[in-house]
Order: sequence, then structure tokens, then C-alpha cells
Amino acid sequence: MKRDIFQAIADPTRRAILVLISSSALTPNAIAEQFQTTRQAVSKHIKILNECDLLEEKKLGREIYYQLKIDKMKEIDQWLEQFKAIWEQRFSQLDQVLLNLKSKENEN
Amino acid sequence: MKTDLLMNFSVDKENKTVNVKREFDAPLPNVWSAWTEAEILDLWWAPAPFKSKTKIMEFKEGGRRLYAMVGPDGTERWSYFEYSSISPKTNFKHSATFSDGDGKPNSEFGSSYWDITFSEEGNSTIVDITIRRDSFEELQKIIEMGFKEGFTSAMQGLDKILAEK
Repeated sequence: MKRDIFQAIADPTRRAILVLISSSALTPNAIAEQFQTTRQAVSKHIKILNECDLLEEKKLGREIYYQLKIDKMKEIDQWLEQFKAIWEQRFSQLDQVLLNLKSKENEN
Repeated sequence: MKTDLLMNFSVDKENKTVNVKREFDAPLPNVWSAWTEAEILDLWWAPAPFKSKTKIMEFKEGGRRLYAMVGPDGTERWSYFEYSSISPKTNFKHSATFSDGDGKPNSEFGSSYWDITFSEEGNSTIVDITIRRDSFEELQKIIEMGFKEGFTSAMQGLDKILAEK
């Protein structure tokens, strides 16, 4: 199943996992240790991240290590456009507020 | 009214900063008030259909603004600003941290640090905002993703307001 990258980051635990594995490759156990949820819950999050194609899998001996596919995260740049759009909207609301302040002053 | 207001938006990944610069067609004291007084901030801070709800506002050095972004379904996302430096009508700096409704920080995420400078240019006011993150450079951006769903409906909300005018 192919998932949308935004599903990966829609959940706070998954965002935290992405942060954890951005700097070093970790085993599922090492990831699970960082959270107060169950090992199964963390496995489920890892599965979703994998389906989003965000994980690089490395096998070392019997252990599987997961690391973040940094390139994939570049898709988030598109999100940056939305961040910009949020500011644009915020500012156009502020323009309106300032306009109202001005007309209030003129009344006085 | 001026319609070609300047807006710059840039990201410096190396320094983990976002810079937003915007011109406002209003005198500096009004723009300063709009950024520093809770009642006015709540009118524009949240992109519709979100609403900003300020619970605590202590605009002084060491003081806090505790506020929520309230979604159309009533969901509240709390954060607080902690003001570290204030030069009236010129500049203020604060940290921004996700929290619960009592201002207890959410330790899962780091803080971001805001530096906001106000200057006059003719009859307009320029606001220059620099936001720096202290953790994984994408993190702040990712957190803001919470707005993804909200934003689509925000745009629809804006269309509606514009249609009514």
C-alpha cells in the first residue's frame, strides 16, 4: 500500500520517530524504548512510515536498522509553500485589522 | 489603500531560520499594538477558520502569552510565547513552545525563537520576522502540518468572506 507522505507526519509519535531516525539508524527496539506506548503501537507507526517510503532499511546481523530517507523529506518543501500561504493569509487578516483601527481613529 | 505591499519569504536551512518580511499600510504604533495586545492579536493571528484564543498575556520581559489555535471542530492547540527582550515600537524577541492549556511544555518538540523588528518607511510599517529552530531543521515545518487540513478549508473560508463582500 502506498501512502501519502503527509500521513506520516500527521501523527505526533510518527513525527518524533522521524526526528529520532534522522540522525542515526535505529532498531525497532531502540525506537520503542523512546516512547511510553507499547512495542506494538510503535511497530504500527514504523509500518506506516515504511509504507510512506520514508525508511531506509539496513540489515546488520539479525537486527534491522531504520534510517530516514532524507530525499523523501524534500517533498515536505512543498509544504513550505503552504507555510508561506498561511503567513499570507495571516497578514491579509492583519491588513484588515489595521484598516479597522485606522477607521476607528478617524471616528474619534 | 496600497495594494502592492511587499512580502518576502525565505528559508535558510543551514542556519535553521525562516525569514518573513512584510510591509503594512498603517502607522507603526498601530502595527505594534496589533502584534503585542492580546485582543487585537486574537483577531488576526490564526488563519481562518482557526481562531486564536489568548488565555494569558503578559507582554513584558520574562512574561508569557499562553494561547490556543482553536479549530473549526473546537480542537485546541496550545502554545506559549516567552518574551525575552522588548524594545518598545522597535523590536521584541520570544521563544515559542507547544504546550498544554496550562502552559506545561510538550517535551516532544523543541522551541523556536522569534525575533521581530518594526520600522517605518514613509507611511508604511515594515515588520521583519526571523524564526529560528533549535532542533531538527524540518521539525517546526512538520509540526505546522497540523494546518494542512485546516488550511484547505481556510482557503474556502476566505473565498466565502470575499464572496460576501
